[in-house]
Amino acid sequence: MAQIAAEDIGKRSKQEKRRQLLVSIKQNKECYLMIAPFMLFFIVFTVVPVIMSLPMGFTDFNMAQSPKFVGLSNYTTLFLSDKIFIRSIRVTLVFALLTGPVSYVLCFMLAWLINELPPKLKTIFTLIFYAPSMANVYTVWQLIFSGDINGYLNSFLIELGIINSPVQWLTDGRYVLGVTIVVQLWISLGAGFLALRAGFQNIDRSLYEAAAIEGIRTKWQELIYIVIPSMGPQMMFAAVMQIVSSFTAGTVAQSLVGFPSTDYKAHTIMTHAYDYGWVRFEMGYAAAICMILFIAMFICNKLISKALGKYLD
Amino acid sequence: MAAVNTEKLRASNKQAGRRYGGTIAIFTVLLLVGLFMLLPIYLTVIMSIKPVEELFIFPPKLYAVRPTLDNFRDMFRDMSSNRVPFSRYVFNSISVTVTVTVLQCIFCSMAAFVLAKCRFPGSKIINSIIVIALLYQSNVIYIMQYIVMSRLHLIDSPLALILPSIASPMGLFLMRQSISQIPDSIIEAAKVDGAGLFRICWQIVMPNQKPALMTLIIFAFQAAWNIQSGSLVFREEYKTLPTVVTQAAASGLAKAGVAMAAAVFMLVPPIVIFMLAQRQVIETMAHSGIKE
Repeated sequence: MAQIAAEDIGKRSKQEKRRQLLVSIKQNKECYLMIAPFMLFFIVFTVVPVIMSLPMGFTDFNMAQSPKFVGLSNYTTLFLSDKIFIRSIRVTLVFALLTGPVSYVLCFMLAWLINELPPKLKTIFTLIFYAPSMANVYTVWQLIFSGDINGYLNSFLIELGIINSPVQWLTDGRYVLGVTIVVQLWISLGAGFLALRAGFQNIDRSLYEAAAIEGIRTKWQELIYIVIPSMGPQMMFAAVMQIVSSFTAGTVAQSLVGFPSTDYKAHTIMTHAYDYGWVRFEMGYAAAICMILFIAMFICNKLISKALGKYLD
Repeated sequence: MAAVNTEKLRASNKQAGRRYGGTIAIFTVLLLVGLFMLLPIYLTVIMSIKPVEELFIFPPKLYAVRPTLDNFRDMFRDMSSNRVPFSRYVFNSISVTVTVTVLQCIFCSMAAFVLAKCRFPGSKIINSIIVIALLYQSNVIYIMQYIVMSRLHLIDSPLALILPSIASPMGLFLMRQSISQIPDSIIEAAKVDGAGLFRICWQIVMPNQKPALMTLIIFAFQAAWNIQSGSLVFREEYKTLPTVVTQAAASGLAKAGVAMAAAVFMLVPPIVIFMLAQRQVIETMAHSGIKE
């Protein structure tokens, strides 16, 4: 008897919860209406394709025949017998650890320095630093690093007498990763940088005045006590953008040092996925590679949002 | 009393002096980094006006001896040799870019406001899905997106270039982060005054989000302007500029000059938009009074 009563209460509270949910959905009708246009396009063109792609990593799919379920075999192959994949993990980590933090700090510091300039110069410098992200100029980098004496860098170094014969920047295994990193850094002042610029512009002037009264004197103090605490959301945005661009880098290497690069020296995980997806048409395997990359990025994102946590709402 | 005043004055003079010196130091640092950033773009512009025979001389020069517009002429000639007049591609590109930019800004801003400032069933999940969507970069997605679009009979229609770009998770994330900085009390006050969410969003929140909104316009414009119509649209009359320009320039180093001309040509509209938007961002400083 008592048991039935308890069950009854459980049922009722479940019903109660459902009723409450309905009420709160009704109360927030306006919210749903305002979010609807975005969600419609987001679900159709992003969520659905993502969900459709999730199971692909467990299949053998060559785009011509329908996918065949193969369990975890893609993942076991990746870690146990794909030597190039293991190598690409190392390249990606070196790449991400070198470009990620450096360009993040660069984004922040440059945005901050620009903020100190008079308005006219602000626009000009913001444009100069952001322009590389707008331009599609891999060809010019190819000419700069070109392996014959006509390459800008080679001819410059020869004239200075530093080298005697042209260096094969784009094909010599010793240099390809370095060259890729330089170019990646060059285009890395992108979305994060602009968002930070906008964030700096939005900091309330009166905060600085109040701080000056409270005894904050140096620029560094201002940075630590005013600027960083009021920039949390923008810093998080820039961090996510940075994670994405440094972990998924691959296009730079491919268009610069060729594909595959000499000795797989600039072969990132993304390049590996490209190789299997678009060259060999083993989509299942490519999906598995991307899944591992996603998990790595997800963990990295969690760590950073924990570190920035106190500045976020 | 007077002593205190002079003391203060001296201190502020000193500060002003330091500020001035500091600006020069900052300017120098920025100039050096800026030169490195600018060099490849400068070279691109220079090479686009170099005649062919100057491209491969040793040592390569940092300027054009006999500047010419031949490369641009060749590019336009290649592009207008198709069945469709060149103006058609310009029209296509402009209409795709403007539609995507406008819709993206409106939809992202509204959704971002609601997600940043309202708690309702599902809001937390949507917020985390947005970040996951940003991080999930699988090349399989494009195939799936293609399948979805062909199911909706969008392939080979101009809509195929527009619709997928409207709901940008990056745009939403940018706006959401920025709107979250507006104090809740302002929104509560507006609610008490009887304003609906829609009005709060457009009359109270968005006017104070100029920097973020202008930044979003820059991103949206730039991304939409560079949409490649290659695999989505096959009819010549629907193709956009990036596809045609790439076709005209895609012949390796032999046509380096034309490739440079194409890069310069495609760069002009985003830079114009950038300058216009960035000026708005910087003007915001003068009257940002809505913070707590």
